[in-house]
Amino acid sequence: MNPFSAGTRLRDMIRAIRACKTAAEERAVVRKECASIRAAISEDDPDYRHRNLAKLMFIHMLGYPTHFGQMECLKLIASPGFPEKRIGYLGLMLLLDERQEVLMLVTNSIKQDLNQTNQYIVGLALCALGNICSAEMARDLAPEVERLLQFRDPNVRKKAALCTIRIIKKVPDLAENFINPAAALLKEKHHGVLLTGVQLCTEICKVSTEALEHLRKKCIIGLVKVLRDLTNSPYAPEYDISGIADPFLHIRLLRLFHVLGQGDADASDTMSDILAQVATKTETNKNAGNAILYECVATILSVEDNSGLRVLAVNILGRFLSSRDNNIRYVALNMLMRAIALDSQAVQRHRATILECVKDPDASIRKRALELVYLLVNESNVKPLTKELVDYLEVSDPEFKGDLTAKICSIVEKFSPEKIWYIDQMVKVLSQAGNYVKDEVWHALIIVITNAPNLHGYTVRALYKAVQTAGGQETLVRVAVWCIGEYGEMLVGNSGMLDVEERINVTEADAVDVIETGIRCHSSDLTTRAMCLIALLKLSSRYPSCTKRINDIILQQKGSLVLELQQRAIEFNSIIERHEKIRSALVERMPVLDEATYSGRRAGSMPAAVSTSQGALPKMPNGVAKPASAALVDLLDLSSDADQAPSSSGGDYLQDLLGVDLSPASQGINQTEKRGADVLLDLLSIGAPPAQSSSSMLDMLSSGQDNKSALGMFDNLASPSAPSAQASSPVASSSMMDLLDGFGPSPSVPVAETNGPTYPSIVAFESSSLKITYKFSKEPENPQTTIIEAEFVNKSPDIYSNFVFQAAVPKFLQLHMDPASGNTLPASGNGSITQKLRVSNSQHGKKYLVMRMRISYKANDKDVLEEGQVNNFPRGL
Amino acid sequence: MGIRFVLMVNKQGQTRLAQYYEYLNLEERRTLEGEIVRKCLARTEQQCSFVEHRNYKVVYRRYASLFFLVGVDNEENELAILEFIHLLVETMDRHFGNVCELDIMFHLEKAHFMLEEMVMNGCIVETSKSNILSPIQLMDKAS
Repeated sequence: MNPFSAGTRLRDMIRAIRACKTAAEERAVVRKECASIRAAISEDDPDYRHRNLAKLMFIHMLGYPTHFGQMECLKLIASPGFPEKRIGYLGLMLLLDERQEVLMLVTNSIKQDLNQTNQYIVGLALCALGNICSAEMARDLAPEVERLLQFRDPNVRKKAALCTIRIIKKVPDLAENFINPAAALLKEKHHGVLLTGVQLCTEICKVSTEALEHLRKKCIIGLVKVLRDLTNSPYAPEYDISGIADPFLHIRLLRLFHVLGQGDADASDTMSDILAQVATKTETNKNAGNAILYECVATILSVEDNSGLRVLAVNILGRFLSSRDNNIRYVALNMLMRAIALDSQAVQRHRATILECVKDPDASIRKRALELVYLLVNESNVKPLTKELVDYLEVSDPEFKGDLTAKICSIVEKFSPEKIWYIDQMVKVLSQAGNYVKDEVWHALIIVITNAPNLHGYTVRALYKAVQTAGGQETLVRVAVWCIGEYGEMLVGNSGMLDVEERINVTEADAVDVIETGIRCHSSDLTTRAMCLIALLKLSSRYPSCTKRINDIILQQKGSLVLELQQRAIEFNSIIERHEKIRSALVERMPVLDEATYSGRRAGSMPAAVSTSQGALPKMPNGVAKPASAALVDLLDLSSDADQAPSSSGGDYLQDLLGVDLSPASQGINQTEKRGADVLLDLLSIGAPPAQSSSSMLDMLSSGQDNKSALGMFDNLASPSAPSAQASSPVASSSMMDLLDGFGPSPSVPVAETNGPTYPSIVAFESSSLKITYKFSKEPENPQTTIIEAEFVNKSPDIYSNFVFQAAVPKFLQLHMDPASGNTLPASGNGSITQKLRVSNSQHGKKYLVMRMRISYKANDKDVLEEGQVNNFPRGL
Repeated sequence: MGIRFVLMVNKQGQTRLAQYYEYLNLEERRTLEGEIVRKCLARTEQQCSFVEHRNYKVVYRRYASLFFLVGVDNEENELAILEFIHLLVETMDRHFGNVCELDIMFHLEKAHFMLEEMVMNGCIVETSKSNILSPIQLMDKAS
């Protein structure tokens, strides 16, 4: 019975499938075939089994489920004829995988086959084993495979070697048994066996250090000889590929050298000769030669230091870079990234070529080149490099722009020598690709701007000019609007002009125009419009003549459908119309924002660069905290009236900012005041409590050390007893948040506890029969999470049993309940049950806790159910 | 390790041969094939033959109407894999004589056998065409 000439039926099926015009037809045909195959399987007909299996494999390849054919594979494998076995094993490998239990059944058949004398059958079994064996099978059959490593037939030996690789990967403990046989394989002459033997040794070395040592001591010299013979060998028609004898073997040997030489100076010495020979003698006009060279360079770069070889390697890479073939350039760029870690000088020489590659039409090459450029940047070449990159930004593809922008921004941030250059570059980038710029980046820009008082005028004018031309970039509009709002009078008055600037004439009306466009534009999103509104408020104070017009614009937003805008519009409108006296105090200049806090937070999200400029974080000087910190407070008190004006000195508020015990300064905490904080929050995105805030808080504390006005604060910090001084650090981080929540924590309990600010306990629920009290505490590092201890007290004379407390919270909260201390509640308050709940507020600072409860218990053999809602959680949780 | 999969796909995106050396279920396979094929088909002649996809690389080459795609780990030598693809094509050519897509389709099991002789568990086993083809020729003679 000839299985393969019976392929006519397979062919028919393939023809039928090909003839289908639609997917539905194809599915129908396949279904019919599967049905007939299933029928044949249940009939258990031996003749057509192989045919059915071949069809099944085709169907499987098309993507249909074929698990009903698995037992067929087993039957075929168990049959004595070679062709059936062959197709059975093929089916096994294609249709099954190591996770199926059916595989265990095959173990026995494979074992028998491994013990046969026919080398082809043994080969088949080894192949199957090598491709899909599981750990148990590996353990069972390892001794067989070990024996086969010394079989007389080289084909079997090579397959046994590869099988061993899989066994070792699955069961690393068995590696020791195979070290000696593996080393013996290295002395083979047959290329196939040698190839697999080398691969086996590479794998063993990765898995077991003992093997690594053994191979290093005994086999390196032998290996070097093998490689040398190979390189010098004459034409061998069997293994020849474009003039080189068996490049695959070359490459594998080099890979093994890589593993052996890494970290070991002696081994590297032994190899250096042959590496040099390969590097210089290999022909490079064919791909095979280049492949060998590539591997050789990789090996050189990873073995121990040998400067002559390294120079050779980098030269080869340079040659690759200038080749016309895209593949080779790609490969060179890849390797250069590794080389840069070792010898960046050499790579700098090729900077120009690499820069050209950034502009290549091929996407893969561009990506690699960009990463490489990022690693190459240092203080001396940052300006020309950035110029090139920014120029390219204009013409690059949209998919690439995102990457490119991110990289440019981080380069500029880390290496900019002076602020004015930084601001220039950022303005350019924003004009080109503002929409791709991430939030942290433009926030950082604003921080830098505030920290450079002499550049305020220049910046605002530059931004104004940029917005005229590139008003479509959202981020640019945001930054511009913010600056115009802050420094409006500098824009109009042309103050603080630098030498390089020309005079521009901007009237107040023009400035207001810009902001009005920002609000009106359809594509502006919520943040932009909100920022425009507040900028208008600031301008209404700085440009008194435009107040009426500004008021009109704000009035138009009163009817906005978005709550945020509507609320802002109404409030700002009321400030303009009714609270003229405090308006100017409200919108005074923002104090300088501290960079240390923000850079600490961002450090985690920036990509790590190889260069050692970690310490060279913006050399831009830290800002000086202004004594007019009362303004900061006022900004947060946006809607409260004049009589609320805090009369304490600015020093107190700086204290508050850093979260030392809050004095009960502010009364009347209301929603709108918190909203004023929201403005600041939105602007500075201090939304999420930073993970590194405690360290950055320390930074802030320490950087403020130089500061005279802050010194008073330090006295106060130092004076309370030691525990609270420690406490103030963690307190600082959580209550910095709380401060910006509008003086959130209840000021009546200013106890310095190591748990952070405390909250009063509340009576969550009270009925005639039951009282529930909640006590709160917060974890110091985690202001979003509140730990509630609930205490249940029974007010009635009956004993409650089966007491179960359930709680539900809205979606922005997460509730976790620990088991209660018991479920029987003694009567009349003679005891209580306590239960711990943990609530996480994902909108901490913006929304407060609410909870619904349901309590069920049995009293007097009656089931009672009570429900309630807790609304009186303290603010700030 | 090494090679993760070998695919042969025609220009319309239909898979002609698929051999996976790591386990992926049916859904994953389909999505994988769809994504990669789309990426490779969209590239032009001038672009380089290596595509990065998720956490591994795909080396591909087009021969007439068929794309040969090999997915490899990131550490693998891409140029060597290009050579391997060429070796595979030459081996099939020697066996079928001017191999074309239809040959592979109608003799799928033979194409699999050849691939099996060449790659095992993601590692290249044999690179000599005669050694690869001898068992297959023996089998043909016996039948």
